[in-house]
Amino acid sequence: MATQQDLTQSEKSGTARATTQRSESAIRPPVDVFETTDGIKLIADMPGVSKEHLQLQAEGNSLTIEGKLQFDMSEQMEALYADVRSRLYRCSFVLSSELDTSHIEAILKDGVLAVRIPKRAELRPRRIEVQSG
Amino acid sequence: MFEGLWGYGHPLSNQFRRLEEEFDALFGAGTSLTGTRNIRSLPASTFPAVNVASTPQAIMVYVFAPGLDAKSFDISIQQNLLSIGGAREIPRDERATYYRHERFSGEFRRTISLPDDADPARVEAKYVNGILTITVGRRESAKPRQIEVR
Repeated sequence: MATQQDLTQSEKSGTARATTQRSESAIRPPVDVFETTDGIKLIADMPGVSKEHLQLQAEGNSLTIEGKLQFDMSEQMEALYADVRSRLYRCSFVLSSELDTSHIEAILKDGVLAVRIPKRAELRPRRIEVQSG
Repeated sequence: MFEGLWGYGHPLSNQFRRLEEEFDALFGAGTSLTGTRNIRSLPASTFPAVNVASTPQAIMVYVFAPGLDAKSFDISIQQNLLSIGGAREIPRDERATYYRHERFSGEFRRTISLPDDADPARVEAKYVNGILTITVGRRESAKPRQIEVR
């Protein structure tokens, strides 16, 4: 029968094993998604990501966003406390067919990514002029 | 994480492990369910997230606060407590339909207790790509003194 101490040890190693078995887990960044008449706007918090480490991929009808976190590190650094335990942000979205994936615009500033996905031009609401006959 | 409680091989321990893995997949590796909690701790999903690292010369505090003006942070140290405060406003578009609104907006404050040898006179802060990095130097410790036994 395992002693109290043994149980704590196996609990620790069990959890550690579960984490290392997966490929690095990514953080799903908090996003705001809203729709206007022109299309969809997506804003994601990805602190620590610069343009060089950001990747947006539109494939078929899905959009995948990945960013690698960078921050100042030095040798002999020891972690004391961590809310953030991964160095990768990832999220993906399925885009409906009225969105034009070939004209996606993205701006990254101070760790905030703003993505604009326009609706296909022919599907935007159009005013129809009524001729008086 | 409940493995230790039920013992290996218990039919339910696998279920709990799967639950924890699904939790991680849902919330990402950025949250933690277990871990000891300091009395001043906040839930790991608090904005802004904070990481603290240590070297022999300094303590580094990383505050993950994107979308802010570098000058708007209110950083202060008192009695080995480092406090970082600020506010983030997210303008809402009235004509838009919101599907998700997960980003934090409002005032925030996080407090970190620093070790005793933190020197409040040697603090530097910089804001890059949405991470505020605060470096607090450690006091030079005196060389260890040899004590002779007579």
